[in-house]
Amino acid sequence: MQHGKYRFIVGFLAAPLALYALFVIWPFVQSIYYSLTDWSGLSPEFGFVGFDNYSRMLDDEIFWKSLQHSLTLAVVLPLVTVGLALFFAFMLNVGGRRRRGAAIAGVRGSAFYKIVYFFPQVLSIAIVALLFQFAYNPNSGAINSALKLMGLGSIQPDWLGDPKLALICVMAVLVWSTVGFFVVLFSAGMASIPRDFYEAALLDGANRFTTFFKITLPLLWDTVQSGWIYMGILALGAESFAVVQIMTVGPNGGGPDYSTVVLPLYVYQKAFRDGQAAYATTIGVALLLVTLAFAAVVMKLGRRERLEF
Amino acid sequence: MGSTSAQTNEGLGRRDLIKRSAAIGLISVPTMGFLSACASSSGDGNAKVEKGTKSDKNPLGVNESAPLDFVLFDGGFGQQYAKDAIKVYETNYPKAKVKFTPTQKITTELQPRFNGGNPPDLIDNSGAEQMDMGVLVGQKQLADLTALLDSASVDDPSKKVRDTLRPGIVEMGQFDGAPVWILYYAYTVYGVWYSQKLLDSLDAKYPETWDEMLAVCEKAKKKGIAGWTYAGKHPYYLPFSLYPMIGKVGGREVLDAIDNLEPKAWEHPAVKACFEAYYELVQKGYILKGTPGLDHIQSQTAWTEGKALFIPNGSWVENEAAKTMPADFNLAVSAPSGIDASDKMPFGTMWASGGEPFIVPAKAANPEGGMEQLRIMLSEASSKNFTQSVKSLSAYNGGTDGIELTPGLKSGVAALEKAGQNVVNPRLQDWYVALQKEKIGVAGIGEMMAGRATPAETIKKIQKFADEAAKDSSIKHYKHQ
Repeated sequence: MQHGKYRFIVGFLAAPLALYALFVIWPFVQSIYYSLTDWSGLSPEFGFVGFDNYSRMLDDEIFWKSLQHSLTLAVVLPLVTVGLALFFAFMLNVGGRRRRGAAIAGVRGSAFYKIVYFFPQVLSIAIVALLFQFAYNPNSGAINSALKLMGLGSIQPDWLGDPKLALICVMAVLVWSTVGFFVVLFSAGMASIPRDFYEAALLDGANRFTTFFKITLPLLWDTVQSGWIYMGILALGAESFAVVQIMTVGPNGGGPDYSTVVLPLYVYQKAFRDGQAAYATTIGVALLLVTLAFAAVVMKLGRRERLEF
Repeated sequence: MGSTSAQTNEGLGRRDLIKRSAAIGLISVPTMGFLSACASSSGDGNAKVEKGTKSDKNPLGVNESAPLDFVLFDGGFGQQYAKDAIKVYETNYPKAKVKFTPTQKITTELQPRFNGGNPPDLIDNSGAEQMDMGVLVGQKQLADLTALLDSASVDDPSKKVRDTLRPGIVEMGQFDGAPVWILYYAYTVYGVWYSQKLLDSLDAKYPETWDEMLAVCEKAKKKGIAGWTYAGKHPYYLPFSLYPMIGKVGGREVLDAIDNLEPKAWEHPAVKACFEAYYELVQKGYILKGTPGLDHIQSQTAWTEGKALFIPNGSWVENEAAKTMPADFNLAVSAPSGIDASDKMPFGTMWASGGEPFIVPAKAANPEGGMEQLRIMLSEASSKNFTQSVKSLSAYNGGTDGIELTPGLKSGVAALEKAGQNVVNPRLQDWYVALQKEKIGVAGIGEMMAGRATPAETIKKIQKFADEAAKDSSIKHYKHQ
């Protein structure tokens, strides 16, 4: 079966790859070209300036802030989201008490929970951001009102208005809106793990904790790794942009004192507000490098033996 | 994009392939390609239409059959006033077809057209997606409107258009030197807005000095009303009352020095005094609780509900907050309070200036048509129509006689009369948008008013921002003439 395999694959992939090259790779190459010019984005004329944009970027305090925030998101969000999702999925599928002699089962009401966890996924991220913007309203928002009801009227943070809290608020929203997807993803993965493994573990007297780390996680590793990269991309790219742009303080987001500015938002601001499209593409190139580095690191760290079962 | 996934010795597994293509596909997600989507083309762009013949009826020499392409920001002022003016154009030039595009997304709509060299003939460049004027001027993308200003006005052919405009409108359209690049059609009154009814119920008058201001706020506080609120998420609303106060306390030249990005401009004692005055409001608890987390609509709503007495704002607030404003609110505006009797300018000194910037692109096919449309809009009839329908004054000096003025508008006109010659016009928000809104507004004044920075720290921070902007070679710099 090995012979002619590559020709077969290439034959089928040619058209999609051509499209991909035209609409993804080519714009990347163009962006790198534009980052070497002084194109404003508001006129057809521009000149070649070499690496000026890059040296400017390295001196740009706000660029470093946005890079720092983007990296924070890329590290913290996958960790929290994937961790939470694994915990939920395990509890829903394997973690319940054993009833009616079944070897493994989820917690009571797990079918219902599965649906509830998935709710945020059907809402558009823009809607989610708007809803949370209202919830975070320090004056009449749901969160501070709830605190008041609980008799904690003395604790009334400004949430998105406070530079120390704003980024954490943004992360909380992103976790809330994405965790459901990963719960479903990991549930599907867990469903494909043969039950005999769990039964064997039970006979050996393993507790839930051991079962999770010795059986579930290793067998799910591929899925976890893909999920990790996917979440990282969300954190570096579109989702974080949308939430920050819609929710946070400032002319088009960015938080009090630049506390929530992220790379894609900074690209957007420079290109579509300040009329500095060439500089924006320069930051875009930086974002590309960060994303590639992230993917490479996760792939590298995540290498394991393939388990066939 | 090398793949690093573990290879087993049985060739390329199905899963491997899927995983790799997924990884490669995902990597491309970060939105970068979208920038090049509007990549500049080296198209020839518009061919200019032939000029028509000048006459008394047609002082600009518009080609009577050439089409006109007009893009309007469809925001707080809506689009009806423009539609009405277009009707007049079409009546005057029956052979001309006007293509009218109202939009909220000015940049999205027009950036590709500027890049392609085929922009429309007249643009209302306003709203959240406003294109940066400094860049447009610097890139020579705009037509000089001097011809329009020197043409005969619609109502009185013996007068030039420039002589029918409110003070400051022409200067605002200039960036450096004589050419006028922008015509601001609306005339905005900035200041401290309040409910006359609420102020009367406190048995108080609008305070002229800062001690009086503190006394009024204390009265309000005793009744459980906050003295002030503001758009906490957009703290660049605070300068609407803070900048003219600085001008009143220290004189015009302080504001000019700030606009000119002069070193040490922010270290002037007048700036310090005003910052400290505002900080006192924070320290004494006269700011509505939670204000730093409110956006402009939320803060205006809290204010129309009577939770706070004063709000720094512009004259659009009457239209914008109409939904939540009680019928007996009795909206009023005042020039900002000063510090005390030693201020350089009298009480009444206020910020009023043009808003809603209209531009004619340099590469427009029919620039005369764009200017002619503006000339029609600057007639008394069009101006009255605008004022009546959107509760705002226009650049046309007059046009308020014989129409019913709303409370806010009436109060604005009275405040302008009181100000007389003492109208100041800080330009930071037109010249250096990012500096004014993000840096000075959000990172500077916003942090101070949230109580997280002292006036001294804030002034130092803002001076640093201003110095950086002065040194930044990527932005064009302007000076007061």
